[in-house]
Amino acid sequence: MSEKELGKKLDRCLADSAVKLGAGLGLGIVFSVVFFKRHTWPVAFGLGMGLGMAYTNCQNDLRAPYLIQRNIKVSNATKY
Amino acid sequence: MLRVCLKGANSAARKCLCGNGVPLHPLQQCRSYTSGGSGSSAGKIVAASVLTVGGGVGGTILYANWDPKFRANVEKSIPYSDQVFGLALGPAAPPPVINKPRKVEPVQISSMSEMWKDSKQPKAKEVEKKAEQPDAEGPPAPAPQETLEAAAKCTECEHEPAVKERPEGEVAARLAEQDKAEQDLLTSLSSNLEDALGSTAKVTLQAIGAQEAALQAIAQHTRQLREAMEAEAPPDKKSTQWRVLEDALSERSRSVDEAGAAVLKAKAELDKLRGVIDGAKHLKIAAARPSILAAEENLHSMVVDLDSVVTRVQTAQSEAKIVSQYSELVNEAKAQFQKELNSITPEIQANWKGLTGKLTQDDLNSLIAHAHRRIDQMNRELAEQRVREQIHIDSALEQQKLEDKKALEVAVSTALEHNREQMRLEQEKKVEETREVMEAEMRTQLRRQAAAHTDHLRDVLKVQEQELRSEAEEILNSSLMEKETEYRRLTQDQLDSFTLDMNAAYARLKGMEEAIDSHVIAEEEARKAHQLWLSVEALNYTLKTAALNDPTEPLEGAVQAIKESCAEDEFAQALATALPSESLSRGVYSEASLRARFYAIRQLARRVALIDETRNSLYQYFLSYLQAMLLFEKAQEAPPAKLSAEDLDTFKLLSYAAYSLEHGDLELAAKLVNQLKGESRRVAQDWLKEARLTLETKQVVSLLSAYANAVGLGTTMAP
Repeated sequence: MSEKELGKKLDRCLADSAVKLGAGLGLGIVFSVVFFKRHTWPVAFGLGMGLGMAYTNCQNDLRAPYLIQRNIKVSNATKY
Repeated sequence: MLRVCLKGANSAARKCLCGNGVPLHPLQQCRSYTSGGSGSSAGKIVAASVLTVGGGVGGTILYANWDPKFRANVEKSIPYSDQVFGLALGPAAPPPVINKPRKVEPVQISSMSEMWKDSKQPKAKEVEKKAEQPDAEGPPAPAPQETLEAAAKCTECEHEPAVKERPEGEVAARLAEQDKAEQDLLTSLSSNLEDALGSTAKVTLQAIGAQEAALQAIAQHTRQLREAMEAEAPPDKKSTQWRVLEDALSERSRSVDEAGAAVLKAKAELDKLRGVIDGAKHLKIAAARPSILAAEENLHSMVVDLDSVVTRVQTAQSEAKIVSQYSELVNEAKAQFQKELNSITPEIQANWKGLTGKLTQDDLNSLIAHAHRRIDQMNRELAEQRVREQIHIDSALEQQKLEDKKALEVAVSTALEHNREQMRLEQEKKVEETREVMEAEMRTQLRRQAAAHTDHLRDVLKVQEQELRSEAEEILNSSLMEKETEYRRLTQDQLDSFTLDMNAAYARLKGMEEAIDSHVIAEEEARKAHQLWLSVEALNYTLKTAALNDPTEPLEGAVQAIKESCAEDEFAQALATALPSESLSRGVYSEASLRARFYAIRQLARRVALIDETRNSLYQYFLSYLQAMLLFEKAQEAPPAKLSAEDLDTFKLLSYAAYSLEHGDLELAAKLVNQLKGESRRVAQDWLKEARLTLETKQVVSLLSAYANAVGLGTTMAP
């Protein structure tokens, strides 16, 4: 059903964002602890990266139907 | 624009060339190609185009001048080109007309018939001219060709030649008759001749034999007489001698008479033979000539023999006469002496020779005196005789001369006649020979002529035969065709009348059958309509089995039933197949479920109302959600009759659709939902599809039921 699609996408978004955030947080913490002497900025950085990735993914997912694919040839408009 | 294009082309060319790493030359070429062309390029192009067009037109005109077919094609395809061509080249030459050879055949036929007539006429003339050739086919041949008067004329012609010439068959018959008659005559003649010859020969031989016998008898008699005269025999022998002599004499006379009679008979036969030969000669049959000649020769020889024998007999007779005269004289003398002696010596007996011993002296003296007296008498007579000798001799000589002359004349005449006869026979023989030779020659010549004639006749007959045959065939064919057409016409008439009757009966039968069939058909139709109606009702019922949020059962079974029930009904079949496949396989949603579903759709569509192709970031989503929360529209609004541009707003459309749905108009709702754009449209897509399916199915089903009702109504209405 097409009406359920949006809901599914949003669910995916959320799940993805959660994963990304978590992953960003984790990596941030790891980096902060391992490389950056427990500064908070890698965590923030990681979180931010995670959020950004999630956002972009969600956006792309939501945009997907409107993207023009490269392998589809656009015919000449001047034909008719 | 041109410059822009050129520049674009330039840059593109440069880019691609530079991109490929090609050396500088083409670039330079490219450059030189494009460097000097800006100012006069337009003029050049114009000039080039003018030249091309002019060349094309001129070439077309030249070629059209040379090839008229091409000209015609161009005139046909391009309008107003014929005027251009007319101006340039002048009017087109008219196509050469192919005249059919009309009306040549009748002329030929007439000329042929004339030739035929002409050929007939000289032939007819020939027939009339040539009197010798029996030409019976000539007159009858033109008769069937020409008219009655010509036929009459020709019959006249037929009569005319009959005078001069007879028809061949008659001639042949005549000739055959003649030949046969000749043959008969010949055979009879030859038989006659042979008979006559035979009899004559026999008789002549008999005569000759008789003459020979007479000759023999005369000779014998003469000899015997002489012997009797001269011989001195004793008296008894003398009497036998005399008796023998008498016998011989009688025999001689008898044989002479016989010979005479035989000669007469022979002469009569000879005359008869001569008469037969003359008769044969009168008949003038050529073939008999040799036999006639032979008969004549035979006759002549017989005559000759007979005459010779007769002369021999005559000479013998004359000799015999002399001898008999001599014997008579002697006898007379003897008788005289005896008488004298008797007168002197009466007592002496007859056979005085035996009396030499008995005679007395007186007797002897008287006898001697008588003898002396007799001697004196004899001497005197002798002297007288000697004196009269010469006169007697002369008279005798004269007599003899006369007789000799007569005999000579007779002999000469007979010899002459014989000779004449001989010569005549020889001449006739020669004539016969020459005639034969001539006849043989003539026969060969005639044969040659006959051969030539037969050849000519053969040719003429062949030609005539062919002509007659073709004529007869023509006549036969024409009469046959006439008869055939007549027959065909009659049979056709019969056939037509029969066909008419049959058609009428058949039509009636057909009418009856059709009435029955139509009844059957009507009933069948009624049954089918009923069945169809039942199956459509079943379909309707299946449509009602839709539970909320679940589609109906698959319509396939019902549709199958419909298809089976209306196998021949094309309309129903078409309708049955027009059902969408999803409805068959999966079933359709009911209107209520669609309606329920619509509200969820509506909510969602409101939320994503701002999203479309251009606006589809996450931020826009947020804004769209905000809008949906803040914007309030009527829940249901009656849609106007015409949608204007501002009515195409998502919210308005949704309220229109809700209104229509509430009022049961799924179709209008679907139409309105169809006007959504962007993400709202995408969201409502499934619903729209389902709505379409349902609408379609409902439409088809309603049509089917209407149709079933109509058919049922129609069948019940049928008489």
